[in-house]
Amino acid sequence: MINTSENIAMKDLRSGFGEGLVAAGRKNPNVVALTADVTGSVKMDGFAKAFPERFVQCGIAEANMTGIAAGMSLNGKTPFIGGFAEFVTGRIYDQIRQVVAYSNKNVKICGSHAGITLGEDGATHQTMEDIGLMKALPNMTVLVPCDANQTHNATIAAAEHNGPVYLRFGRPKMPNFTDINEPFIIGKAQILNQGSDVSIIATGHLVWEALVAAQALEKEGIRADVINIHTIKPLDCETIIASAHKTGAVVTAEEHSLINGLGDSVAHVLALNCPTPMRMVAMEDRFGESGTPMQLMEHFGLKSKNIIGQVHNVLKMK
Amino acid sequence: MKTLIELQDIAKQVRRDIVRMTNKAKSGHPGGSLGCTEFMTALHFNIMNADPAHFTMEGRGEDMFFMSNGHITPVLYSVMSRRGYFPVDELNTFRFLGTRLQGHPSTAHNLPGIRMASGSLGQGLSVAIGAAVAKKMDGDKNLVFTLHGDGELQEGQIWEAVMFAGSKGVDNLISTIDYNRQQIDGTTDHVMSLGNLQAKWEAFGWQVVNIADGNDMQQVLDGLGSARSLTGKGKPICVIMKTEMGYGVDFMQGTNKYHGTPPSDEELAKALAQLPETLGDY
Repeated sequence: MINTSENIAMKDLRSGFGEGLVAAGRKNPNVVALTADVTGSVKMDGFAKAFPERFVQCGIAEANMTGIAAGMSLNGKTPFIGGFAEFVTGRIYDQIRQVVAYSNKNVKICGSHAGITLGEDGATHQTMEDIGLMKALPNMTVLVPCDANQTHNATIAAAEHNGPVYLRFGRPKMPNFTDINEPFIIGKAQILNQGSDVSIIATGHLVWEALVAAQALEKEGIRADVINIHTIKPLDCETIIASAHKTGAVVTAEEHSLINGLGDSVAHVLALNCPTPMRMVAMEDRFGESGTPMQLMEHFGLKSKNIIGQVHNVLKMK
Repeated sequence: MKTLIELQDIAKQVRRDIVRMTNKAKSGHPGGSLGCTEFMTALHFNIMNADPAHFTMEGRGEDMFFMSNGHITPVLYSVMSRRGYFPVDELNTFRFLGTRLQGHPSTAHNLPGIRMASGSLGQGLSVAIGAAVAKKMDGDKNLVFTLHGDGELQEGQIWEAVMFAGSKGVDNLISTIDYNRQQIDGTTDHVMSLGNLQAKWEAFGWQVVNIADGNDMQQVLDGLGSARSLTGKGKPICVIMKTEMGYGVDFMQGTNKYHGTPPSDEELAKALAQLPETLGDY
């Protein structure tokens, strides 16, 4: 396991996305990028500079941007649309449903500033529902990488995947701990630590918190599997079931609503295949508020200490 | 290329198809379909450069068409089958379980000629703009055509798209509005007035062409021909085409009653008596 108490470089996931997009653009001349007046915020400026003729500024009109991307995909383009996660999912759900998911077009929806760690702008901009919205759509692949390096590689993997993808990532600088040389395999969970007492199954920014929790738990003699679910859909059921079977207790952790997120997906798989005592670390059924990203993680109970608390709870159920 | 008489004959048969299909399915949207029969016939048989026998999703090297008002599938499917995209007999399956002829256009059932789902209104113009922009990127000189209901113009996304195409000079795009002034809840004036359509589109940087009678085949041919000649000059083209909902069947005409209501068996018999069989029924 990574020693989480060591000094780990910090980097925002959106920068990983921006660099990944340029790399994908170099590899494939059909990759095009579209944004709705947030080029710099979602780190598409690198792509816009490198490939100005393949960059489309759509103005503040996310619905139109989505349709344009779907239309461009017909001619063999691989369009990436970038915006704040709320405004490229919830705001335009029906557009995504009709011309991306149902029409099964090769459009990559890239949601930056996802989750509570968007911070000070507050609840209008903090989507905690997007994973649920996107995973409910047939044909949609849902990727939630855990750090900047993984977001870089997820972006390249999304470009190489033929079909609709939702790629979710956040705004603030976070520990950048995964190996940039490790390829991103869509649908394959990563086992970051092997244990025998409990399975901590996490996604996005909470993967780091899960590792911090596992390290602390080890000192108490509790050994945890730590599993990174970077692909919410298609879900790596096999890895989840095997781990639950081995440890007999599961805690999920995510920066998303308790409703329809990773926890629900894992509970569904386990209920049908391997009923296992389970606890969830996620946002309660409520909206966020203004604050710094770290204050909000703390305030809404999305830290390693919350994972540790739920591990203790679930172990009592065994 | 068909002669005027040939096109008029095709349109007569298409109208028979429309009332028969919707009657058999006991559902569907005959009103708007009948109103757009001249347009769809002229577009697919004479105006567009497209090869039905070798349909590709990419549509490279040919014109493309997107029907944004997805509910008028009866006229779309009839004209497409009569044009050779798929067997005419398949019109028998319209809206039945397992059909490729879904209630609204779908790409999930591999029907040649359909490139994008529509039905949820206001989205087709954006899609067409994407296709047109990609054609420009690829140096493909062909055009992209769309059709919209006038009621559909109440959707906000339309105006996002109108602003985009005008501001970015998407001049390989011809969008036609079926200006029949009817929608489900009444006239467009009653529900939410469209105001001065020509002035609106022009204000957004489009070139407007008017067709005074969109149920007159010659006028439709002339209007679309004129629209085609105006492409490539820096502005997208909007064709405002006045039609009568339900045109061609006296009791279906000039009312919104048949927007989404099929003719009964008795009404079908009355309608067919007014619509001569020309190419042969499916």
